[in-house]
Amino acid sequence: MSNSSNSCEAHIASSAKRGHARRKLAGVILITAAVFVFLGAGDAGTRFNEIGHRMMCICGCNQILLECNHVGCPASDGMRNELMAALTRGDSDSLVEQSFVQKYGPTVLAAPTGKGFDRAAYIMPFVALVLGFGLIVIVIREWKNRPAPAIADGLRPVRGLELEEFRDQARKETDL
Amino acid sequence: MAEIGSFALLLALALSGYSFVAGIVALAFQKRGALQLAPASGRVIVPEQSSLGALLRQGSERIGETARRAGVATFFAVLLASIVLVLCAFRDDFSIAYILHHSNRDLSAPYKFAVLWSGQEGSLLFWSLLLAAYGFVLRLRYKTDPRLFAYASVVLSGVQIFFLLLLNFAAHPFAIVTGTIPADGNGLNPLLQYPEMVIHPPMLYLGYVGFTIPFAFALGALIMKYPGEKWIHITRRWTMVTWAFLTCGIFLGAHWAYSVLGWGGYWGWDPVENASLMPWLAGTAFLHSVMMQEKRGMLKMWNMWLVFATFWLAILGTFLTRSGIIASVHAFAQSSIGDWFAWFLAITLIVFTFFFIKNKSHLRSEHKLESLVSRESSFLFNNLLFVLLCFTVLWGTWFPKISELVQGNKVTVGAPFYNRVAIPVALLLLILTAVGPLLAWRKTSFESLKRNFMWPSIGAVAVAVFLMATPHSWGSVFGLRPWVDISYFYSLMAISLAALVTFTVASEFYRGGRVISGHTGQGMFASMVQLTHRNTRRYGGYIVHFGVVVVILGLAGSAFNQDKEMEMKNGDQMTIGPYTLICRSSTEDDNANYFSQWALLDVYKGGKQIDTMSPVRRFYHASQQTSTMPDIRSTLNEDLYLVFEGVNQDNGHPILRAHLNPLVMWIWMGVWIMLLGTILTLVPNAPAPVRALATARLEPVRAGSTVTGD
Repeated sequence: MSNSSNSCEAHIASSAKRGHARRKLAGVILITAAVFVFLGAGDAGTRFNEIGHRMMCICGCNQILLECNHVGCPASDGMRNELMAALTRGDSDSLVEQSFVQKYGPTVLAAPTGKGFDRAAYIMPFVALVLGFGLIVIVIREWKNRPAPAIADGLRPVRGLELEEFRDQARKETDL
Repeated sequence: MAEIGSFALLLALALSGYSFVAGIVALAFQKRGALQLAPASGRVIVPEQSSLGALLRQGSERIGETARRAGVATFFAVLLASIVLVLCAFRDDFSIAYILHHSNRDLSAPYKFAVLWSGQEGSLLFWSLLLAAYGFVLRLRYKTDPRLFAYASVVLSGVQIFFLLLLNFAAHPFAIVTGTIPADGNGLNPLLQYPEMVIHPPMLYLGYVGFTIPFAFALGALIMKYPGEKWIHITRRWTMVTWAFLTCGIFLGAHWAYSVLGWGGYWGWDPVENASLMPWLAGTAFLHSVMMQEKRGMLKMWNMWLVFATFWLAILGTFLTRSGIIASVHAFAQSSIGDWFAWFLAITLIVFTFFFIKNKSHLRSEHKLESLVSRESSFLFNNLLFVLLCFTVLWGTWFPKISELVQGNKVTVGAPFYNRVAIPVALLLLILTAVGPLLAWRKTSFESLKRNFMWPSIGAVAVAVFLMATPHSWGSVFGLRPWVDISYFYSLMAISLAALVTFTVASEFYRGGRVISGHTGQGMFASMVQLTHRNTRRYGGYIVHFGVVVVILGLAGSAFNQDKEMEMKNGDQMTIGPYTLICRSSTEDDNANYFSQWALLDVYKGGKQIDTMSPVRRFYHASQQTSTMPDIRSTLNEDLYLVFEGVNQDNGHPILRAHLNPLVMWIWMGVWIMLLGTILTLVPNAPAPVRALATARLEPVRAGSTVTGD
């Protein structure tokens, strides 16, 4: 981790010397990304907490594994021990999750995975967002392109009831 | 007693059936009568035709009046059935299966009252009662617009018939126990024996059921091609009140979950919770988009669908939680009535779609959008995000079922999914909450946007920098490092955007107050009060927004939650955050309703004892079920939440779990602010004295008149 950070810092330093603003920015982004990636790795305690919050207790309580609060729960204690053992062994996150899925079934994961049909769970809301956004763009275009009411014979002063109507309209549109 | 209840339910069904049929007949005659009196073809009206028309009209009015009265009487019949059920609970009448399964002799009086909505049949009766009560008020206020109210009354009767059919033929609350009647009942679910359970379901149901009213008006207006936007004005108050009830119900439910379930959280994205959130999201979208229709005559079709979706989602939620189609820990009542709900959902969808297609030409809007940077656009995007959130929740709730159908195995869709998908959308929505009110209708110039938005933006950035720069020792939310964890990043974003909304709301009050202060010479606070009173809807709305911001701050605190579990004998100590807990003793107690165990813990902070807490665990005799009663010490900074998890069977020592949940109190405070804002929006506007003054100035002062100071 420190090697990578050093190389990134060195890269930024040399970029700065050359004075290329764009490269500088790229360096900063790279460092930020590296910080995110490496800090995400964390120690065993952090990983236990993270993975344990990505799994469900299978006792039927429908709670996250690390939040299951039943004393004498037939499942959660054993599952937590298994998780700790796997992390102590040095298993990767995906290997731990895979072994839990094999043992307890796919419902042990608290959220759909990013594989196969499960991907649809994450994709659909964004598809809906894109479609909705597209629809709004179409609606706005249509509304903007509507012809403005034509003026028959030039401008004339507005008086009496007509003026009152416009006043009402203005009030309606500005009081909110 | 059971016979009286059963008879009342049958009578209610007959009355609402009559109200429905007679209402339709009256409206049909009224239409024909109107045609006879004024034929569309422009033919000359012969006297016979005219008298026939008058006769039809008179007859329809009479039939319509009987329909209205039958609707009113339905309420009394359903009320009688409900009173009978509650009386049976108080009289421990275990010959009625519902009372046997949901009550027992030693249950305290408030919970015996709550038996009415504690099980499947009772809660359906309660639903029906609330619907009848809403209908009762609607039918009493029919003079506001008799024709529109007649249409709405028919729609309401249709919905009422469905629930009464269910009660009479599928989920009868007065079903009799066969064989020997037990001496005592099975008791109320222990989780429901908590004070909030006496008010949470009524609030939630008032919200769910209440959305039937705007739906009834919308469908009525669609069928009769109601001219103008008056129906929107009529339903606005209904919708606001309903929305407030649903908001209150949802958060009471969250508070109940927090105080009773003992897992230290308030929202678990369970299907039952989602079921309440979906109509709330659709209803909130409607409350925003309806302004477009009122002010600019736009989004008429969209609003129709939003009203329908809100009503439909409320019923869909009930279907989800009662059909057993989707597993939920909260689904306290599951049975075969799911089919009934499925049919009802299908029928309402077909009916609504039919009339929409038939009369959609009536809903075309003529206004032109003048600029992309306008209030209109912000409402469009606001609606997109609300509906998207609603869709996400719906999709997540149904995905396990869809996955089972597609790939043959269920998956769990829990908090990690929603956190990943819904939080970014909610943050976008928060940005719109800040920007939207600063945009003018029709068009906003870049200059004005810059002028209004610059200081709030600088303030929000300053808040973010401050939170990152301060040391973590100041409190949970200080010393935030967004790069350490994605939840910290979300928290920082949420708090900064909450600050942005707060600053924009404050600037709106300040600018308006300054104008009034300049005109009247009043102090700034008095001017702001006057400003709010002059346009309660706008400024009440801002207060609701501020309430949402406070809730968001509370939710943002969850990123810093800590918890610890420990077996503690007397004298043992546990440290969590700034608190040290010392176990003083643990003990047991027994009464007729439950056996309880609790621990007594002294709480120290900074070396000083600040409190003594006693989490409890109960075992209910009648239901043979266990429940925890956490002890919660709430402060503005954080909640110290202690749970008595149980006793080590080997040595008898209590096992305790402590949670440190920052900012939770802000959630409950935010809800109060939201409700306050909603109530304010319902207050009529005060007349603008400035205009009156200006008019008075124009009038010539008559001779001899005196000028008095005001």
